[in-house]
Amino acid sequence: MSARIVIVLAASAILFGLTACGERPQVLTYKQGTYQGKPDMQAWQNPPFNGDRAAWELALKDRAQTQNEYKRVN
Amino acid sequence: MARMKFLCDAERCIECNACVTACKSEHEVPWGVNRRRVVTINDGIEKAEKSISVACMHCSDAPCMAVCPVDCFYKTEQGVVLHDKDLCIGCGYCFYACPFGAPQFPQVGAFAMRGKMDKCTFCAGGPEKDNSNEERVKYGRNRLAEGKLPACAEMCSTKALLGGDADVLSDIYRDRVTRRGKGGEMWGWSTAYGPGGGAAGSPPPAAPPAPAPAPAPAPATKS
Repeated sequence: MSARIVIVLAASAILFGLTACGERPQVLTYKQGTYQGKPDMQAWQNPPFNGDRAAWELALKDRAQTQNEYKRVN
Repeated sequence: MARMKFLCDAERCIECNACVTACKSEHEVPWGVNRRRVVTINDGIEKAEKSISVACMHCSDAPCMAVCPVDCFYKTEQGVVLHDKDLCIGCGYCFYACPFGAPQFPQVGAFAMRGKMDKCTFCAGGPEKDNSNEERVKYGRNRLAEGKLPACAEMCSTKALLGGDADVLSDIYRDRVTRRGKGGEMWGWSTAYGPGGGAAGSPPPAAPPAPAPAPAPAPATKS
């Protein structure tokens, strides 16, 4: 009886000790040369633009023109 | 569609470091990490000294993307090169590949261990929910999602640093060079965006002649 317990304990100890030896893939479908990270959202998908891409592009275009002091009202 | 680029006008940059400060302040970048910095070339040489604001140029064919062993880089539809910090292993390959020295590595932990790479995001955040706390902590503020341009360019006191859609920048710069009649160099553009600056249908303005070399000092005479 005691020998059986010792065997079970030894087997458990071996299993426990080897748990860190396995290597699990961290990226499920790795494709060389392609982005592996999380997907990103488009800049216009959230407030204040709420998916209105045209409004977002227009806002950036207007904003860019403030860098042109020749076109600003002085 | 917009193709986002930076353009630094070396004729206008006065080395005030407002862009550096704006970037640091906007994104709360830790001490020791400089997403943007001002470089002065020909320092002290009369009429040849130029200052340039340098950060990630979001290259057309970004070398950092090519060398990353874990493929943590991606490019947005607007041409902004971003990366996923959850994947980055801090190997430093991108730093060696980048012609602009853009990738930065915070020194964290013991034995000067390198942390995850940090670089200019064109104020476009990263692969987290836009304007979320996670995005802000990892990548900084997402101004692009707010309809704003990068803080460094908007804060530039002399408008030497331009940021935004390549076509708009080309128009602004062309107008500027035509009016002043000199200083058509677009520093770093051919390196980052290929020959001609990569702007379709809008060739860069012609570069003016290089400044004349300083006269050689008169030979010392013994008396």
